[in-house]
Formats: sequence, structure tokens, C-alpha cells
Amino acid sequence: MAAINRDDVAHLARLAHIEMSPEELDRMAGELAVIVDSVKSVSEAAGADVPATSHPIPLSNVFREDVVGHTFAAEQALSGAPDSFEGRFKVPAILDEE
Amino acid sequence: MSELDNSGLIRLSAAQLAAKLAAREVTSVEVTQAYLDRIAEVDGQVNAFLHVNGEEALAVAAEVDAIRAAGGAEAEALHELAGVPIAVKDLIVTIGQPTTAGSKILEGWHSPYDATVIKKLRAAKMPILGKTNLDEFAMGSSTEHSAYGPTRNPWDLDRIPGGSGGGSAAAVAAFEAPLALGTDTGGSIRQPGAVTGTVGMKPTYGAVSRYGAIAMASSLDQIGPVSRTVLDSALLQEVIGGHDPFDSTSLTDSFDNLVAAAKTGNVEGVKIGIIKELHGEGYQAGVENRFNESLELLKEAGAEIVEVSCPNFKYALGAYYLIMPSEVSSNLAKFDGVRYGLRVLPKDGPMTIERVMAATRAAGFGDEVKRRIILGTYALSAGYYDAYYGSAQKVRTLIQRDFDAAFAQADVLISPTAPTTAFKLGEKLDDPLAMYLNDVATIPANMAGVPGLSLPGGLADEDGLPVGIQLLAPAREDARLYRVGAVLESLLEAKWGGPLLDRAPSLQAALDSSSTTAGGSN
Amino acid sequence: MSVAAILSFEEAMEKYDPVLGFEVHVELNTKTKMFSSAPNVFGDEPNTNVNEVDLGMPGVLPVVNKAAVESSIKIGLALNCKIAESCRFARKNYFYPDTPKNFQTSQYDEPIAYDGYLDIELEDGTVFRVEIERAHMEEDAGKLTHMGGATGRIQGADYSLVDYNRAGVPLVEIVTKPIEGAGSRAPELAKAYVAAIREIVKNLGVSDARMERGNVRCDANVSLRPHGRERFGIRSETKNVNSLRAVEHAVRYEIQRHAAVLDSGEPVIQETRHWHEDTRTTTSGREKSDADDYRYFPEPDLVPVNASREWVEELRATLPEPPAARRKRLQADWGYSDLEFRDVVNAGVMDSIEETIAAGASASVARKWWMGEIVGRAKTADVEPSELGVAPATIVELNQLVEDGKINNKMASQVLDGVLAGEGTPAEIVEKRGLAVVSDDGPLLEAIDAALAAQPDVAEKIRGGKVQAIGAIVGGVMKATRGQADAGRVRELILEKLGVEG
Repeated sequence: MAAINRDDVAHLARLAHIEMSPEELDRMAGELAVIVDSVKSVSEAAGADVPATSHPIPLSNVFREDVVGHTFAAEQALSGAPDSFEGRFKVPAILDEE
Repeated sequence: MSELDNSGLIRLSAAQLAAKLAAREVTSVEVTQAYLDRIAEVDGQVNAFLHVNGEEALAVAAEVDAIRAAGGAEAEALHELAGVPIAVKDLIVTIGQPTTAGSKILEGWHSPYDATVIKKLRAAKMPILGKTNLDEFAMGSSTEHSAYGPTRNPWDLDRIPGGSGGGSAAAVAAFEAPLALGTDTGGSIRQPGAVTGTVGMKPTYGAVSRYGAIAMASSLDQIGPVSRTVLDSALLQEVIGGHDPFDSTSLTDSFDNLVAAAKTGNVEGVKIGIIKELHGEGYQAGVENRFNESLELLKEAGAEIVEVSCPNFKYALGAYYLIMPSEVSSNLAKFDGVRYGLRVLPKDGPMTIERVMAATRAAGFGDEVKRRIILGTYALSAGYYDAYYGSAQKVRTLIQRDFDAAFAQADVLISPTAPTTAFKLGEKLDDPLAMYLNDVATIPANMAGVPGLSLPGGLADEDGLPVGIQLLAPAREDARLYRVGAVLESLLEAKWGGPLLDRAPSLQAALDSSSTTAGGSN
Repeated sequence: MSVAAILSFEEAMEKYDPVLGFEVHVELNTKTKMFSSAPNVFGDEPNTNVNEVDLGMPGVLPVVNKAAVESSIKIGLALNCKIAESCRFARKNYFYPDTPKNFQTSQYDEPIAYDGYLDIELEDGTVFRVEIERAHMEEDAGKLTHMGGATGRIQGADYSLVDYNRAGVPLVEIVTKPIEGAGSRAPELAKAYVAAIREIVKNLGVSDARMERGNVRCDANVSLRPHGRERFGIRSETKNVNSLRAVEHAVRYEIQRHAAVLDSGEPVIQETRHWHEDTRTTTSGREKSDADDYRYFPEPDLVPVNASREWVEELRATLPEPPAARRKRLQADWGYSDLEFRDVVNAGVMDSIEETIAAGASASVARKWWMGEIVGRAKTADVEPSELGVAPATIVELNQLVEDGKINNKMASQVLDGVLAGEGTPAEIVEKRGLAVVSDDGPLLEAIDAALAAQPDVAEKIRGGKVQAIGAIVGGVMKATRGQADAGRVRELILEKLGVEG
């Protein structure tokens, strides 16, 4: 498996929406390289015939009946909002002005 | 009314308190106030609490006292633990108190809804003393990754109380609460229990609703009790457990009575399996000695000790550090400065929502959280999924098979809870990998969803610090842990001549001997 | 934004072979959302049909709506799909402020329905089979409103407002396999395909299927390749084309645009395109990039959905007759010609005619009324014929009045106007407006006497056996009674009066 480098971390930070300074990228790349190296044995542990387990206790068909439950008033919904306007959450422009 | 002074009152177990409350020998207001006084007295040093909820706790206590005083059907209907106060890990959302998850990104946030376990505590009328400190979003093994400063170990204030639930464990160990709620994703209830000389239980995955516990890794997280005795944990799990329609992974099974199991009193004929891979090399000598001592006691009490091998456990830590960060990277995406919590504007450049999100997350998350988000983003990204996340999920199957094979030979499994006693604050802060190794013995239970109990096993010879003994049982067999755990506890206490915490230095003494410059806060 | 060069459609078709693909999102009309118990209601006050789950609050967990799963299975069955014995939800990770968790809970490698097909009948009766790749369950996003700036569009907006009422509304996404061989009929097929999906989900009762409300939304993929080449060209994906007409126009436009790009020797860019109804053009959206790494993984907060065969068969038994089969059956039952039936379908009155026949009218009477009287009025009022307010029973009653000779056809039309004006039942209106055909002989005889007296020479001719001259007298009577007399009865009475055999 390829080692993780600074450019990889920059790309991952973009995907994860975390702004990082050049120093942080360097430090993170170093730390992640060690961690990734230590977990690489995992990819060789199990053969192709081993099924994956995504839930520790297997359950299926857990459903809710289609019955209306509680709702918030708009003030309640917006009570923790950093910014709001006329009952809606307010966010800065989505696209950079071109 | 009470023959006990405050310092006597706060040292009672929850079961003892419950009995005194029921007998009206003491009032809930007295008990709750005693704990609030203790918090005021020592928490400046321990830093177990992020928020103290005195007014509401006393109101609930007064309500219980009024019901008991009035008598009749309503008094009869009170829950056994009614009036017994409890502390709650600040990862669990509560109406009326802030919930921070130990992170700057949620500073000042108040949840508009209660977690299911909180609803159950309220229904049982247990006064909630406050919210306890934790590693940010429960990511850590020392509580040093809290954005609100580290919690200190009541046994030695220069040392870590374990993590992520160091606040809950330290609160109980420092007699700031008789009971607490924790969450355990890779050992966050059990490892703090081990290093603070307290009891911590991670129930079977799905035994306790996760609704309202801020998700770290959904397929591994489980809420559980923290206490000073095994019986107290059983009592608390009976309160918080049971099916919840708001949690799709919640089990519908009814479990054996846990409290009755804790009172069984014998382990004759019980087969106890030593997991070959979870002791010996890499484990501190003093930990190993106390572990062997517990095995001897169990054998003398009639248990049969066998050795089992779980060869795939060596992959557990690696698989855990792929699955957990993957789920973390997705679960923590919602903290973006749009709907709640912190919003930070970029210092310069265009003011787009994308850049606001990135600036908010950069300022709001600590280093360990960022590290895990980036690692998880990597493990899930195109081209790596099969090698990382996919492989780790297969390892999970192998670990489950190891457990199946082991439980074919033994009723419960046993190991030290953590490889070492509490380390010094700051000691492992710059070495994530060394920090991760602390969870090597606790992680397999989360990977397989089986229950795990940690109880005090004595003090290590070399440093005089608490050692934890971990018991594991098959899924849904939580009762077995309470049965064997309670017996081992009584055997050990008989040997010690009282609870281990009686041997802890008085906090005042610890405070005096503590160097004022020590500490790993950064 | 610059307007792209395009080729004429005919020229594009001469040079290239289009390949289409569609992703149609259908909003289900369940009472509650996909994963929360908040109401699934359109158009309420912002952020009031939400609870902690829809807002992606810390600590929340999803629980699957059983009715939404059943609706999804029904859609799968109606599209001739296989229903997965076991399937899972997955998280699609991407940051966008209308997505409260910054991931969408969807299905990835295990859709609930897969490998189906739909036979699409074009207007001239040609049947074209569209293969369905999959239909999967997911949740809708909230609604963004872009504020400030000149256009109200996302470009140049100062800020945006978010309403999460729609967040979590259950969606089924229907994805086709690549559709080859449509040739110049591609735009027509595109429209007919989306119309068919809309009709099916409406017929199943699982969606309100109102495109103007976004209940059915279409992403249209178009690529071109030179005739004879097997390999597909690079495709564009035109997002959120939200009317049937727009689907047809967008596909047509993209074919013309691709052809021009290919002709110029440039490569087509794989990108999303935005449809603009005002100019009937598309503009470039976002290019496919590594930011599209959605990092799908199985949703750990949900457990698999296992659709037992018994459950699937139970649901299959509840399915209504498929619209195409129903049309065939109705045409045969009613005995309409292909042309007549197509006109009925295109006018949107098939269901109304069926109801009218069920209420007691004959097939030809029902068609006469709906096509002859009601469609025109609906057009004038700018509403669907079925929404004009004509009950099937009204038509049956009107027809009966005509057949009984109580009113004639001209009056019947006036009575219908009265019904639509809310004046009452046909019988009441006939009474109120005094429209009944005059059948009391008294007033008629007076009018006949007057007419005979006015034209004595004609009366004499009739007496003399020239019965064909009677028209002038009848005309006089009809004029005097302002058309309300029954002309046949008038004739009888005149002959009787003059003692002549008719």
C-alpha cells in the first residue's frame, strides 16, 4: 500500500472540509504515515472467503410504522443556529462570485 | 436524621443509599447536597465535571423526598434508585444543561431533546448532578484531549484518569457521584474504570439505546454504567437498558435479571477462560501479578480456569483504527457551523459556505479528532475502501469467530483491562500510537458486540496504582459478568479488608503532595 | 455565460447516434419521512416539519419507515424489477448545507429493486423497451433559497437560506441502463419515459407525482457516438429537468450541443448541466472531479432490509392494473378507434370517461360529452378537464333529459353551463331557466291557430294534400315559441287540426 504523503493529506482535508496550514499538513502526514503503517497488516489478515461484518449483532427489518410523531417549532429548530433569518438557517454564499 | 456525616454518606454505594432512602433514614436532598458539596470541594482539582446541575438535581431530589414522605401508591411505585444521584458523560444530550462532547465546536450548545437513557433516568427520578469531562467526542484514552482541560486521577493528580470517560470514572472514584453514565467505543468505560479503581460495564451492543449519545463510531458505541461496586452497575444497567424504537440497532431480547445475577454469590463450576493473547508480553508486571491473583481466588472459589486462544485478536487494534475513524469521519461531518454550534469565518479570501465550514471545523476540532477524521476519510476513499475498511470488516468476522470458539470452551473470558496502570499526564500525548495501545485488551469486545466488565483487581506493586480485571461474556449474557464480577469483587474485598477505594489517598493528601507544575494540559 | 454552438437536430441525427440514460427521483407520499416521524407535507412554514433527526442534531439515529419500503417494492414490481432478498442502506458522504448530516442516507451496491424494464409506447403506437438498472431508496435534501445578487440564482447570491422541511422526505431513485437505438425519436422517448414513470407511481398511489412540486424529478444523461460505433461517447447529465416538455427539449438541445462539440473536434466534457426553461438551453454546471469521492459505506445505524418472498407477493397482489394494460383493455371495451382513443388519452379524459360509463352512460355518449363539451370548456378555463367539476352523474342525467325529449342538445349545453356556474342539478336548471321543450299542447295549439291564420294559402295547400308545405307553418310555430316546442309534436298537431293524414 502506498505511503500517505502531504498531498494526500491536503486532498483528504479538502474532502473532510478542514482547513489546514502547511505546518499542520506536514505534521499530520508524518503521524498518519506511522498509523497507516501500523494497520496495514489488516488487509492481509482475512482471505477473500471471509464475509464482512458491519453490525456486531445481526438484526434485520427494523421498521417504524408510518405515524406522525413530534416536530419542533421553528424557534426550537433554530435555537442553536449560528445565524438565521425569517425562520430559516442563514448561510454565506454557496458559490464564490465569479 | 442521618447518623452519617457527609463524608460517610458519599462513600456509601448506590445500593446502600437506595436502601437508606427507602427506609427514610436519609433524604435525597441530603444525599444530593452532600455530593454537590463534595464536587464544590474537590472538583477544582479533579476537573471531572464540565457542568454542575445543582438546582435541577436538588429539585428532583426534593420531589422524591416529598413522594416518599407522602407515602401511598406513588411512593410504592418509586424506582429502587429514585433519589440516588448520578453524573452523566457529556457525550449524552440533555435538555436543560449544555452538551459539549468535550469539544469547542459545541461550546454553549443546548440540546432540544433528551437522550433515551436520560429519559429513563428522569423516569426513575434520579437527580442528575451534572455532565462529566471526556476526550473530545470520546476520542482518547486519557481525557487529555478534552477542549476543557484534562481530568486528573484521584489516586494521583499527576496521572490520567483514563479515557475517554475519565470524567465519569474520576467523579465516582473521588466520591463526587455514586454512579455515572459512560460510553464505550473501544474501552472508554472499562479502561478509565481500571485506572481509577472503579467498576465499568460495557453492555452487549444494543442492550442500551444509543439515541442521544453523540455518535463516535456507530457500530462500536455503547452506553453503560460506571460505579464503585458491581451490584451498583447492575442496578444502573437495569434502569437504562431495554429496547428503544428510536435506535434501529437496539435489541428486543429480554435479558436475565442483572441484579439477581450480581447477588448469586457463587462461581462454582463456572468455566473461566484466560485469553492467551491478552496478557503477558506488553503488560506491566504489577498488572500481571494482580491478574494472576484474581485467577487464584476464582479457582479457590470453585471456578474452573482454562486457557483459550484468540489468534485474530492481534489484528483487532489495526482493524479498530480503520473502522472507528471511518465512521467518525462520517458521523462528525454534521458539525459544520450551519445548524448549531460554533461558526468561524475564514480570515481572508472569499466568504463561501464551503470555506466557512472548513474554517469552523479547523477551529472547532482538536488535533486527535482531526487526525481520526482524516484517517477515516482516507480509509473510505476511492481505491482504498477494499484494502482498508473492507478488510477491517472481515477482521471483525474473524474476531467474532475467535470469540465463538473461546465461548465454546469457557462461560466467561478474563484478562487485564489495560496493559498498564495510569500513566502521567502528558506522557503519551505526542505519541498517538502509544496512546492507542492502551485499548488493546478492550477493543475486541466492541468489535464483536459482546459485553465487558472491568472491576478493581488491586494495586500494582511497583506504583501502588489500581489495576483492572476485565471479564467478557457472549452477547446477551451480561448477567454472567455481574455474577462472576460480584463474586470476584467480594473475594478481593475480603482479602483487602474493604473496598479498594478505601485505600486511595485522601484527595486532600493527594492535593498536598501533588506538584503544582505537573500536568499535561496543553 | 456564453451560449453554446449547436447543430440542427436533423444534421446531428445524420452524423451521430444518441445514447440516453435517466435518473428519475420520485418523492413518496408517505405520512412521515424516510427515517424520522416528522410529517412529509409540502408547503408549510419553513423548519416546522422537522424534529431533531431531520436537523441532523448530535446524537440522533434514523429508523426506517416501513410504508416507504413497501412503496419502493411496489415501484420495483411495477417496473418489472427483481426485489432484493436482502439489501442495505449506505452513506453517501458530501458536504452541502441542504444536507443536514453532510451525508445522504441512500443505497449503494445493494438497491432494493434491480434488473427491470418498462415498455414505452410512443404517440404513433411504436413500443420501445427501456431497461431499468435499479430503483433504490434514499432521502431528499432541504431547500435552499439564494438571496441577494441580481438573479436569485446560486451564482452571485449574497447568502442563502435553508429550510429543512423537505429534508428526509422518502425518495426512490429509478436508474435506467443506457438506452440505445432511439435515434431521432430520442427526445420523444425521453418525454414518454418520464411520463410513464409519473403515470405508474401515480397509479400505484405511492406518490402525488406532481412534477411542478418536484415530486418527480429527472436527470437526463445524453451522449453521442458516430453511427456504427459501439463504444459510448462522453455523457453530460442535465439535472432537475422538471416538466415533461422540458425533458423533451433538454434531450433535444443536448443532442444538438454535443453534435456541435464533436464536430468541432473538441472532446465532450463529463459534467452536470443546468436546464433553463426560459431560453430552452443548458449551461455548464460542475465538472466531474475527485471531489466526487462520496466514500460510500454501509450505514452502521441501520440494519438490512430483508424482503421475504411472502412479503413481496403480498405487495404484488395489491398492485393496480398497469396503465398500459389498462388502456388496451378500455379501448377494446369501449370500441373506440385508435384515433378516437388516442385523442381521449391525450385530452386527459380517459379516467373521466371510465367513471361516466360506470355511472350508466354508454361509451359513445360519454365520449361525446367529454370530448365535445367538457374538453373545450376546460381549455378555456385553463384547468384539467377532470378538475372542471363535472360529475359523471351529471352527464348521465343530462343525457337522460335529451333522450326523454325533455330538452334538446342545444339546451343541454346551456344546462351544463348552469351546472358549472353552480346553479344546481340539471333538472333544477331546466326548471329555473325555463328551458324545457314545450310539451303542453294548449299553448302550442294557440300558436298553430295563429300560424294557420297568418298563412291561409299554405293551410289550404296542406288541406289539399300538399303535406310537404307544412314546413312553413311549423317554422312559424317554432318562431313563436322561440324554439322551445318539439317540432315533431307541432307537425302532428297541425296535421290533426287540418284533418290530414301525415
